[in-house]
Amino acid sequence: MGHLPHIASLEETGDRTMILNMGPQHPSTHGVLRLILEIDGESVVRMMPDIGYLHTGIEKTYEAKFYQQCVPLADRMDYLAPFSNELGFVLAVEKLLGIEAPPRAQWMRVLMNELTRLNSHLVWLGTHAMDIGALSMMLYCFREREDILRLYEALAGQRMFDSYFRVGGLSMEPPMGFFERVKTFAERFPAKVDEYEDLLTANPIWVRRTKGIAHMSAEDAIALGASGPTLRASGVDVDLRRDAPYSGYEKFQFKVPVSTVGDVFARYMCRVEEMRESTKIIQQCLAGVPEGPIKADAPKIVLPDREKMKTQMEALIYHFKIITEGFTVPPGEVYMATESPRGELGFYIVSDGTAKPYRVHVRAPSLANLQTLAKMCEGRLIADVVAAIGSIDIVLGDVDR
Amino acid sequence: MPLAAAITDVEQLKDRPELARLLAWRAVAVEGAKFDRGELSVYIARNAVREACAILRDDPELKFNFLSDVTCVDWYPSAPRFEVVYHLFSLPRIARVRLKVKLGGDDPTLESITSVWPAANFFEREVFDLFGIRFEGHPYLRRIMMPEQWEGHPLRKDYPVEGYR
Repeated sequence: MGHLPHIASLEETGDRTMILNMGPQHPSTHGVLRLILEIDGESVVRMMPDIGYLHTGIEKTYEAKFYQQCVPLADRMDYLAPFSNELGFVLAVEKLLGIEAPPRAQWMRVLMNELTRLNSHLVWLGTHAMDIGALSMMLYCFREREDILRLYEALAGQRMFDSYFRVGGLSMEPPMGFFERVKTFAERFPAKVDEYEDLLTANPIWVRRTKGIAHMSAEDAIALGASGPTLRASGVDVDLRRDAPYSGYEKFQFKVPVSTVGDVFARYMCRVEEMRESTKIIQQCLAGVPEGPIKADAPKIVLPDREKMKTQMEALIYHFKIITEGFTVPPGEVYMATESPRGELGFYIVSDGTAKPYRVHVRAPSLANLQTLAKMCEGRLIADVVAAIGSIDIVLGDVDR
Repeated sequence: MPLAAAITDVEQLKDRPELARLLAWRAVAVEGAKFDRGELSVYIARNAVREACAILRDDPELKFNFLSDVTCVDWYPSAPRFEVVYHLFSLPRIARVRLKVKLGGDDPTLESITSVWPAANFFEREVFDLFGIRFEGHPYLRRIMMPEQWEGHPLRKDYPVEGYR
């Protein structure tokens, strides 16, 4: 992040071109992203993103926290997909420890992860369409998002930053009637997606603003490190949920939407199809939530139940020790990649054998996807920049961390 | 499931295709290897990392065509101080390998791999910004997260959590 414009970095501008700063407080940059554009009339000659306005030093903060204190911090990176971040973190720590969550916890994790994907894609669709001029889309999308946020609230008491997953399981059982509420939502939701598609997919203005715009080839997408729907819309058929399953994803049947076109419209279609597939996963989840414990049998790592603490001495001791000293993790390092709504979310954790991580690095999908933006926009019109930013679906909290 | 002990012997690991390919290419460039928790790490000599990445990317059987991540770990006060870590991913094979380069604290410079993967651009800028490691041949090595005039590199272990006051 710089306080001075990076004009020097764009070298001398020619006679015909000028520098235009877009952001950091621009409504369609989805947060505090600043783009430095060199423009010739209406067309973009060069572009450079300037980021870091939302940098909060989360990776440094991790090093001073116990492992269990890190989970709420993971929420706060990609704030539109909190459960995906939590899942990536707890899976990485579980891999370091060599423990596994019980089946019921894994199913709940998949369920919440897919609800989060819907939540994230709904915000993306609403804001992306609003940027391009379809203002009413946001009202429709936020209507359904509200339902999801209410489910979050029922589950964990929080609408956005839930901190519901724990290393070794979940923090608590879902409340009574929770699955029925999710079921009602999942039954209604496909009709809502039809409604969005009615408004956009065949809408001539939408099609002209998105088809053939901000094109990216598969080679470019791979070389620039794009992942998630941004990569799949360019014709690369990779989804870590299917190809490198984690948390029991191998038990679910779903399709991975792929397009070979690689423009804004293709990325739109991929995400809309993903919403339908996520709904199918949610329905499969609900059909067979296993009974059983929600916490792994690892008393030195997982907090004991309240009831046991009132009757068992050991439970009280373990509770006291975990809260005051944390739990230690054997030395080593892991890289755990999961498929967040935005792409490959990787947690690289180095442990030195103490109760605090020695180093946590987050491979943020938004940061890598942002690198593709210059490739998409150079040589095109300024108006298309707005469509391109929306189509790569970045969250600045995830970019800057 | 109890954790298996890490294997750190190159001889035991030399049948792994990634390591075998690198050993066949230039055995002196491989400084060590580790297999732990199902993940292979290969220690590469400092001056060979760009070529090693290109070899792994272009090999017709390994196909490590995707750069997942570049980051760094500061082992201050032990020496060598820094470890720069590269996570490579093969999209066709769904396989991962980790390359590591050890760097001393007094002259932390390293060749950039932006010519192999343009994706390394932001990742290396982030490592430069937060750890102070210079990547030679990087097209635009400037701070990315912190302000231009910031002093120090915050993710170094000798940088206080609250910042300099």
